[in-house]
Amino acid sequence: MNRKVKSKTAQKTGAGSRARRLVALVATRKGAWLFHGDGARKTWRADGPHFLGHTISHLVLDPRDGRTLLAAAKTGHLGPTVFRSTDLGRTWKEAARPPAFTKAAEGEKGRSVDHTFWLTPAHANEPNVWYAGTSPQGLFRSGDGGVTWAPFSTINDDPIYREWMGTVQDGTPDGPKLHSIIVDPRDPRHLYVGMSGGGVHESLDGGKTWRTLIKGMDVVEGFGFDVSKPTFHDPHCLRMCPGNPDRIYQQNHCGIYRLDRPSDTWVRIGKTMPKKVGDIGFPLVVHPRDADAVWVFPMDGTQVWPRTSPEGRPAVYGTRNGGKTWQRLDAGMPRTQTWWTVKRQAMTGDAQDPVGLYFGTTSGELWMSRDEGRRWSSIARHLPEIYAVETAQLG
Amino acid sequence: MKVLIPSALRSYTERAETEASGATLAAMLVDLDRQYPGIRFRMIDEQDRIRRHIRIFVNGDQVRDLAQPLAATDEVIIVQALSGG
Repeated sequence: MNRKVKSKTAQKTGAGSRARRLVALVATRKGAWLFHGDGARKTWRADGPHFLGHTISHLVLDPRDGRTLLAAAKTGHLGPTVFRSTDLGRTWKEAARPPAFTKAAEGEKGRSVDHTFWLTPAHANEPNVWYAGTSPQGLFRSGDGGVTWAPFSTINDDPIYREWMGTVQDGTPDGPKLHSIIVDPRDPRHLYVGMSGGGVHESLDGGKTWRTLIKGMDVVEGFGFDVSKPTFHDPHCLRMCPGNPDRIYQQNHCGIYRLDRPSDTWVRIGKTMPKKVGDIGFPLVVHPRDADAVWVFPMDGTQVWPRTSPEGRPAVYGTRNGGKTWQRLDAGMPRTQTWWTVKRQAMTGDAQDPVGLYFGTTSGELWMSRDEGRRWSSIARHLPEIYAVETAQLG
Repeated sequence: MKVLIPSALRSYTERAETEASGATLAAMLVDLDRQYPGIRFRMIDEQDRIRRHIRIFVNGDQVRDLAQPLAATDEVIIVQALSGG
């Protein structure tokens, strides 16, 4: 698909021809949707499906130009790729060289990308630079707005990192993932990544060298796992606070954590969550201006890890004091027999005041709150399983 | 030679049947990618392995080796092995 292809839906709706106030970008197991909101965030117009039948792991709009949209895509039967649009999804063009590992030397077994999982636009001073995280775990960079991608050999082919990353048998059910690629807004060379599993890592030189940041993080108890080994650490989601880039929050396999640099020791702040709910989950959202305000979506991580809402009662939990106390925020959500949950990329916020919060469920519902979680309502139902939700301000 | 394209890849070719040339299967796929950029990587990974759900038949016989010699009169059929839901 190396030519301009007009989306059937866009032809019908004319989507992308007019700037909207806010757009929610929804990536699902069977395609992608753009939900255009009005200024009050009360009515939403669906534009989609784009790529019906493709698994879209992430759909991200470049905040630096406000128009370049990248979609990480694959189908069950074809190899992975990245699609690119510069007109808000009206037309799409495939990357000329999607993320792919270096070809192995003769006689050695090389890795191949199963899917691109995570997309991050780089620093504001580096227009057209993007990072991508894949499964199996790899880090990739594009310098031309997502048209061509090159691997970071420093991490992808380093024998120690390879050991920490494990194999396709390790990690999450649909493959271990490199995710949560964070660029420090004060320094384009300062990067963080999360590896599931494999820990948290930081680079101060644009990815030439890396160091681990796992001090203070717990590992699964009862198996004698060495807490000092990155391979036993499973960060689910890392978020840097826009209001204070020295503060990073983490939702982890074992709990919720906070890191205040220059310290290199994570502090578990999830222990103050109600015992019945626990602090296991996948997504985490930070307030765009207040570094003490965070929201999580806990899930049932007991026994066989059902990965459902605890007791069938979904709720967002929020803190306004950096994790000292948490408040249950479920007004408007179903009260009983509700077993969906929210994946690590499927919860996000907008930059408005009050902040809008959004999440997409494993059962294909898109929910939002216009008042920082006090009241929730559903924007869409009956979509495919939602993998990622992002928002972007337009116009 | 004649190459039959599965429906999942017709977004590249816009047809079910096309022509490509090459003395081997590998060379034929390079020629196919030259005509329809991006199509090869959806079928063949970066380690030159045929992807899990792709099957390639030459004159009715399944071929697993990209070094397989081809003649101009051969017919190549590319199939997606559907699975899952």
